[in-house]
Amino acid sequence: MNKTVNPNELKPADDVGPLYAARKKVYPQSVSGTFRRIKWGLMAICLGVYYFLPFVRWNRGLGAPSQAVLIDLPNSRFYFFFIELWPQEVYYFTGLLIVAAVALFLMNSVGGRIWCGYLCPQTVWTDVFYAVERLIEGDRRERMKKDKSSDPLKLERISEIVLKHSIWLMIAWWTGGAWVLYFNDAPTLVKELVTFQGPMIAYIWIGILTATTYVLAGYMREQVCTYMCPWPRIQAALTDEWALNVTYRYDRGEKRTSVKKAAELRALGEQVGDCVDCYQCVAVCPTGIDIRNGPQMECIQCGLCIDACDNVMAKIGRPKRLIGYDNDINIHRRQEGKPPIYRIVRPRTVVYSAIIAGIGGFMIYMLATRSLLDVNVLHDRNPVAVKLSDGSIRNAYTVRLLNKSGYDRAIAIDVEGPVNPTMHVVGADSVTPDRPIIVIPRDSTSELRLLVTAPAENNPEKSIPVRFHVMDIGLGVAASATDNFVAP
Amino acid sequence: MTDHSSDIDSVSGKSTTGHEWDGIKELNTPLPRWWVITFYLTIVWAIGYWVVYPAWPLISSNTTGMFGYSSRADVAVELANLEKIRGDKMVALGAASLADIEKDPALLALARAKGKTVFGDNCAPCHGSGAAGAKGYPNLNDDDWLWGGTLDQIMQTIQFGARSGHAKTHEGQMLAFGKDGVLKPDEIVTVANYVRSLSGLSTRNGFDAAKGAKIFAENCAACHGDAGKGNQELGAPNLTDKIWLYGSDEATLIETISQGRAGVMPAWEGRLDPATIKAMAVYVHSLGGGK
Repeated sequence: MNKTVNPNELKPADDVGPLYAARKKVYPQSVSGTFRRIKWGLMAICLGVYYFLPFVRWNRGLGAPSQAVLIDLPNSRFYFFFIELWPQEVYYFTGLLIVAAVALFLMNSVGGRIWCGYLCPQTVWTDVFYAVERLIEGDRRERMKKDKSSDPLKLERISEIVLKHSIWLMIAWWTGGAWVLYFNDAPTLVKELVTFQGPMIAYIWIGILTATTYVLAGYMREQVCTYMCPWPRIQAALTDEWALNVTYRYDRGEKRTSVKKAAELRALGEQVGDCVDCYQCVAVCPTGIDIRNGPQMECIQCGLCIDACDNVMAKIGRPKRLIGYDNDINIHRRQEGKPPIYRIVRPRTVVYSAIIAGIGGFMIYMLATRSLLDVNVLHDRNPVAVKLSDGSIRNAYTVRLLNKSGYDRAIAIDVEGPVNPTMHVVGADSVTPDRPIIVIPRDSTSELRLLVTAPAENNPEKSIPVRFHVMDIGLGVAASATDNFVAP
Repeated sequence: MTDHSSDIDSVSGKSTTGHEWDGIKELNTPLPRWWVITFYLTIVWAIGYWVVYPAWPLISSNTTGMFGYSSRADVAVELANLEKIRGDKMVALGAASLADIEKDPALLALARAKGKTVFGDNCAPCHGSGAAGAKGYPNLNDDDWLWGGTLDQIMQTIQFGARSGHAKTHEGQMLAFGKDGVLKPDEIVTVANYVRSLSGLSTRNGFDAAKGAKIFAENCAACHGDAGKGNQELGAPNLTDKIWLYGSDEATLIETISQGRAGVMPAWEGRLDPATIKAMAVYVHSLGGGK
C-alpha cells in the first residue's frame, strides 16, 4: 500500500524535491536482424534523397531553371519536376500537408509509431551518428567503459574523440549544405561555396543547420523525442486497441527465468516463460527503456528490440518474436488459448485511406486540369463609372493576366455583358481596337488598365454582370473572369 | 526534505511527490536538467537584450543599447535606398517624351504609380481621390476637356494652371452677363433654355427658340462657337454634350450666365519637379479620357 499524505499536514520543507534530473546517457548496442535491415534501407533512401535530390536536373527550356526540385524565393516560384507552382497556388501544399498528416494517422493505426521509428529525421540522423560512434569508439560496453574510465586521457582516446566529432561535424555540415541547395541552382552554388563566393545567407543557413544537426543527433538524441516533440503525446491519443505496436508478449515471456532453470522446469512439465532476462532488448534500445514494462511514451518503436530478442530466441532454441508487432487483444486471446487476430482493415484505417485517396485524388485532378492561363479582374472603385460627353458609360477595370506556361502568349480580350461595348487597353494601341490583343511574356503576369465603354441606350440603368474572356489566339486556351458593369 | 523514493506508486512503479488530492497522487517527474539549464539561459539571454538593444523607457526617452540600434534609423536607410532606386528611374522618366512614356510599359507603370500618389497629395482635394471631380471641378476621367485632353495639353494645364496668375496660364472666363447688365433677366432665361435645347434637354413652355439663337449668336458664340461646341483655346466648354461642369438645369444655367464662372486651377510648375508633373500628366491621361 502507498503511504498517503494529507495535504494539510504538508510542511514547506516537504516541497523541496529535485527540480530536475540528470539525463541517463544511453549506449545502444549494435544489433542485426530484419528490422535493423529495414532501418538501414530506409536510412539510405531518406538520406540519399535528401543529399542528392538538388543535383537532379530537369529540362524546362532555355531561360528556366534546370533543377528538378527548386524553391526559387526571389522569383516566387516552386519547381518540382514537371510542376511549377506560383505563390497563389500554395493551397496545393495545404492539400499535401493534410495528406501527410492523415498518412501519419494511418501509419499509427496500422503499425504504431512507424514514422518515429524509421522515417523521422531525428531518428535517421541519430542512427547515423550512433553508427559513427560505434565504428570509432566501439560497441556498448566499450563506450560505457571509456566514458566511466577516470584514467588520464591517452593519445589514442583523444584521437578517437577528435575523429568522432570531426565525422559528426562533416555529416552535419553536409546536411546544412544540402539544405541550401534546394534554394539555388545546386552545381552553381556548390562552386560558389567552395570558392568562398557564395551568398552570406547560404553560409549562415549552413552554419545553423550544421549546429542543429550536430547538437540534436550527437547530444540531444532521445531527449528530443521524449521532451521536445509533441508527436509522441499526440500518437498516444491516436492509437486504438487494434493498432500493432512493438509489444513484449508477456503471455509467452512470463515468468522470466534463466535458460537452465527454464529447461529444468519445462522438464517437470511446469509453466515457464521464454524470457531469460538477458536484457538484450534494453541494451539495444536507442531510448534506453525496457520494452517489457509495456507500451511507454519514450518508445519510438524502431523494432531493434525485436531483432535483439529474436537473436537470443534463436540461440536458446525458442520461437522468435517474443517481442513483436502485436497488441493487447491478441495477448489476452492467446492467454485464453484462442488464435490471434489481426485487423488491419477497420473503420479508422478505411476512413484514413479514404481521406488520403480523396484529397490526393482531388489535388491531382486540380493539378492536371489547372489552366496555365488565368485572368483576374478588379473594377475601379473610384469612380465606379464615368459618363462621357456623348452620354455613353465607361467603366475601368484592372485586369491581371497570368501566363504560367514556358512560352509567350498573344492574348485576345473579349467582353460579354453590356450591349455594343468598345474596349481600350491604356498604353496599348491594338491592331484590332474592338478586341485588344496583348502579348504576355512566358512565366509572368501583366497588369492592364482596361476601359469598357457602352452607349447608355439599351444598357440597364444600374449594374449588370460582365464577363471577360481571354484567349490565347495561337493555342485556343481560354480563361475568364466576372465583374460588373455599372452605370453612374 | 521528504524522501520521495519511499513513496512508490503501485501502478507505474515511480516515486510520487507525496502530494495527494482525493486519492490521486502526483508522480514525481523532474524536468530534465538540460531543460532547466536552457530555461535559465533564456533568462540570461533576455538580460542581454536589455543591454544590447533599446529596452527601458525613461521619462523623456529610452535606453539606447550598446550599439545605438534604432529601428527608425533602419527605416531611414531603407527609405534612402528606395529614393536612390526611384531617383534613377525618375531621371529616365524626366528624359523621356510624354508619348514615349505611354509606349513603354515600365515607364507607364512608374508614371501611373507616381502620378497616383502625387495626385492624391495635391489634386484630390478638388478633383476627388478618383479624379471624378465635383461641381465646378472637372471630372478627369471623362473625354470632355476644357483646355484640351492630349498629353501635351494636360501637361500644360498642370504646369501653368488656369486663371492661376502664372504668366503662361490659361486665360478666359465666363462673363457675368446678368451682374454686368449685358443681358436682361428675361433674355438670360431665354438663352439658358436655348443652351438646354442644344443638348436636347427640355425647354420651358413658350420658349422662343429664334430669340434664344439670336442672343446666343450675339453674346455667346464668340467663345462657345456658333454651334455651341466650345473652344479649348479659351476654356469655353462644349454646350452640346452630356457633361456639365456646374449643372444643366435651368436654375444653374441662369446662375452661370448671370454671375459668370471663373474656376481656378493652380499652376504646379515650381511646386512639383518636372518629372513629377510629367508623371501626373501621364496618369491623368491614362485615366481614360485622354485624347
